[in-house]
Order: sequence, then C-alpha cells, then structure tokens
Amino acid sequence: MSAVEARRAGAEKLIVVPYSRVSPAAVATNMILILLGSFFLLPMLWMVFASVDSNPDWAIKLPTPTLANFTDVLGRADAISSFRSSLILAGTTTVVTTVLAVLAAYPLSRMHIPFKRAFMLAILFASGLPVSMLIVPVYQMYVYFGWLDSLYTTALFLAASSLPFAIWLMKNFIDAVPAELEQAAAIDGASTARILRELVLPLTLPGIAVTAIYTFINAWGAFIIPFVLTYSPDNQPGPVEIYNFMGSHGLFKFGDLAVFSLLFSVPVIVLYLFMSRYFSGAFNFGGAVK
Amino acid sequence: MAVAAGLGPRLDRERFQWSSLAMLAPALALLGVLFIFPVLYSGYLGFTDLALVGSRSRDYQFTGLDNVTRMLSDYVFIKSSWLTIIFVVGSAIVGQTVLGMALAILLRNALVSVRAVIGSIVIVAWVLPEITVALVWYAFSQAGGTLSILLGHTDTNFLVAVPMLIVSLANLWRNVAFSMLVFSAGLRNLPTEVLEAAEVEGASAWRRYRMVILPLLKPTIVTNLLLVTILNLSEFTLIYAMTQGGPGIETMTLPLYVYQEAFVFHQLGYGTAISLVLVLIGALFSLLFVRASRSQV
Repeated sequence: MSAVEARRAGAEKLIVVPYSRVSPAAVATNMILILLGSFFLLPMLWMVFASVDSNPDWAIKLPTPTLANFTDVLGRADAISSFRSSLILAGTTTVVTTVLAVLAAYPLSRMHIPFKRAFMLAILFASGLPVSMLIVPVYQMYVYFGWLDSLYTTALFLAASSLPFAIWLMKNFIDAVPAELEQAAAIDGASTARILRELVLPLTLPGIAVTAIYTFINAWGAFIIPFVLTYSPDNQPGPVEIYNFMGSHGLFKFGDLAVFSLLFSVPVIVLYLFMSRYFSGAFNFGGAVK
Repeated sequence: MAVAAGLGPRLDRERFQWSSLAMLAPALALLGVLFIFPVLYSGYLGFTDLALVGSRSRDYQFTGLDNVTRMLSDYVFIKSSWLTIIFVVGSAIVGQTVLGMALAILLRNALVSVRAVIGSIVIVAWVLPEITVALVWYAFSQAGGTLSILLGHTDTNFLVAVPMLIVSLANLWRNVAFSMLVFSAGLRNLPTEVLEAAEVEGASAWRRYRMVILPLLKPTIVTNLLLVTILNLSEFTLIYAMTQGGPGIETMTLPLYVYQEAFVFHQLGYGTAISLVLVLIGALFSLLFVRASRSQV
C-alpha cells in the first residue's frame, strides 16, 4: 500500500465512519420522540376517526366509514350560525387589532417619543394581565353602555385585549426593516403617510400577516369573553356552541361533536401553516428580560 | 451664531413629531377605554360589595377590607389558590419547561423525517382551539376512553379519579409547543464555537448539556418561565370546558372561582377581589424569576 493509498483509506474512514455509525444514543433519541409523538397524536386521532365513524366511542378505533356525521352537522342551523358568528367576531377583531397595531408600532419603532421604553414595558406587562381580571369591570361597562350581546362590541374588547401583544410583535417586525430607505424617502420630500403607505407597508407585509393571523387564531378560539358578553343563541361563536353541545347532547352524539370541532379546527391549522415560515423569529426571546 | 439661528432648529437630534401622536392615538384610545380603565376600575370594584342582580347591583359601596377578610376565612378560596399553584408549578413551570426543553434537544438530534413529523404534531396540538383540546382530552380520559384502555382500567373515569392530574396533562399537551419553540430558538442562537470546543475536548453529551448548554441557555429559561407562568395562571377555557371546576371543587383554580363568584353567585365585587389576588400571584412569580436570574450571573 503506497503512502497515497494509505492516506486515502484514512480519509475515507474519517468521512464514512460518522455516517454509517448507528449509535445507541441516536436510536434512543428517535424512539423516545416517536413515543412522545404518539402521546400527542392519539387524542387528536380520536377526533379524526370518530368524525367518519358510524358507531364512535370514547376510545380510538378504526372507523366504520360514513359521512352521516358531516351531513348531520352541516344541516344544523346552530352549527352554521356559530361559524358565521365566529367569522364576524374573529374578522372584526383581526381588522381592528392589526390596523391599530401597525399604526402604533411604526412611531414606536422609528420616531422619537418621550418615555418610549417605559411605554413598551407597560405594553409587555399589559399583555400578561389575565382576562379574568378585566371581565367583571368590562361587563359592568357593557351593561352601562348597552353594549351586551353584540358581536361587534364583543370584538372591540377582544381587540383591546389582544392589542398589547400585537403592538409588541409588530414593533419587532418593523425594527427588523432597515430605516435607510425611509430616511432617503423623507429627504426626497415624501410625507409620513406616503412613506408608510408605499414603503413600510409593502416591506413589513410578512410581519403584518403574522400579526393578523396570530390575532385571528386567538380570537377564533376565544371562549370566556363571548361566553360572558353575548347571550342570544344566534350570537354564540364556535367555542361556546361546542361547549353547549358537549353539555346538552354531545355525550350521546360523539360523531357530530367530533365533526363540529374538526371543522372548527381546520381554518386555524391552515392559517398557522401559512404563517409558520415567518413566525419562527418571534420566538427569539433570549435575554428579553434583562 | 447668526448663521445657526437662520437654519432653524438643529437637525442632528431626533425631535418629537406630532404625527407620531396621531398614529398612536387610535390604539391609545381603545386601550384607554377597554383596558386601562377596566384595570383601574377593578382595583376599585375589588373593594366593594357590587352584585350582579338585586339592590347591591345599583347601590353598591366601598367596603374597605371586607373582601380580604372574607377570603381569608373562605376555604374554597384557600383551596382554589393551592390548586392554582399546583397547576402552574406542575403543568407549566416543571412540565412545560422540562418537556419543552427535552423536545427541543431531542428534535435537534433526531432524523430529519422524525423531526418534521413529531415537531408538526406537537405544534398542531398547540394551534388547535382550546375547546377542541378540551373535547379530545375529555374523550381520552373517560371510562372506556383511550387512556383507560392503555392503562388497563377500562372502568375508571380518570377525569373523576385524578381530575387535577388530567387537566394539568391536557394543558401540558396543548402548551408545550410554546416552550419547545422558545428553546429551539434559544439553542439555534448558541455560539457554535463553544459547543465545538467542548466536543473537541472530549466532553460527554451529558456533560456538554450540563456544563455548557444549560448555563448558556439561562436567559432563555428565565424568559420561558416568566411567560409560561403568566400565560398559565389565567387558564380558564380548558379546565372549565372539561370539568367546570369539579368534581366538587377539585379543579376550581382561581380563574374559575372568579367566574363562579362573579357570574354564577352574582358576587361581582368579591369575584374582582379574587382576580386581584391572581394578578398578585403573577407579579410575585415574575419577581422571583427575575431575582433568581440576576443573583447567579
């Protein structure tokens, strides 16, 4: 064996060994993950199987396929009206929150505002306050204003409670866009409104989408706020309707219940998939508390 | 001097612009009316005997510390506070943080296909509406449900036998993705040189995590603890939809007790007072974490 061959053999060993080795640690890692994964998958899978099963049970089992549950739920007036209510509630909340958050985040990111740091800390603190603290005084105010049992006024409170986090999120997205373009536009004489409309808005579109989708997902699942602030059957959004359904006859109609919650879950899963590629940056919290 | 005066105000320092106030105004107005005012208002209502119906719904008055003395002798409140602390410590502080970090580390070292599938499943559990999670976990823990079959006790309703454990597990199941994402981001941001150096020096995997990665992750851990504590303290929907606080008051955490006192027993004033305690507990935990993070650096 020449020196060159020996060296080549050595190099191959260096390259090949790490790839061909199946270490016990690697096997264990993947096995543990698959076990953990099934703990997460099983409860969900029950819902999927029960929704197409003609004779579902509490336990997960392979279905006797049928679409009867779907036609049953889609034929129910209360199910359809709860989707309508959820769309109005979550849609209004999302529009109000996103517009106000973009408007507020821009000056907080770019302009000189006295006490800006204190304001941002207050915003962060506010997003941590429990809704159960606000619900009683807000209920009192709604009684006083005659605002109870309207999807739009309920959306207004949902918007107020999601606004602090939305502003915080939106400011981080605008901070990430370099300011030089706007400075150049300002020197060329563009007004603030024009800079916002023609520069900032297009550049921060992914951030705006994330803020809007995040707000929508939360509002779509909101329970206690519409539960307390609305009462007529037509105004009950999906979560409240599913809760009522569970309480009244859900225990005898697993299939319908599974279909109802499955249909209600699909929109937020689709929206999440849509925004997930932009969202990972939002989790870089490291050192945010210092 | 004269030239400088002719040029107007200095341009090398940022100035306050009125347009910034105009852009902030709508958000401030909404937050003022439906956030800041209710917060201040609840600070007052918590010390009154306001009721939902009857004469006390109009003629309520300031009752000083009556609500506080009432709490101290209210055994439901005491039990409820303990349950809240058990829920937050067990499900969020220990469960979510440990499992979240474990998942983040395991996924980093897993096969690409395993990482993609398992990571997505965990995230879907987090994205699902809370009411859906409540339903699937309700089904999962019933007598004859999947859990009872797996454990070989088909006639045990685990939601009645160990209610607090089940709602804590359901909450962990739903929220762990949050901690997992926070830790994944934290791990990605670690300086690779340090990790490579430790590996070259021959440190075992356990030693690398224990002596290098964990200390470097400390800011991320503190932030995660702070956020999960605050988010989980006010958890209402999941527990309420699964148990309504029952059986008895076995899962009546503070947010549920606030709802029950205010809207079922019509004691708006007392309910608000309890919600103020909730805020106090949150502030206490936050202070603790921030202190702990500073003392050892």
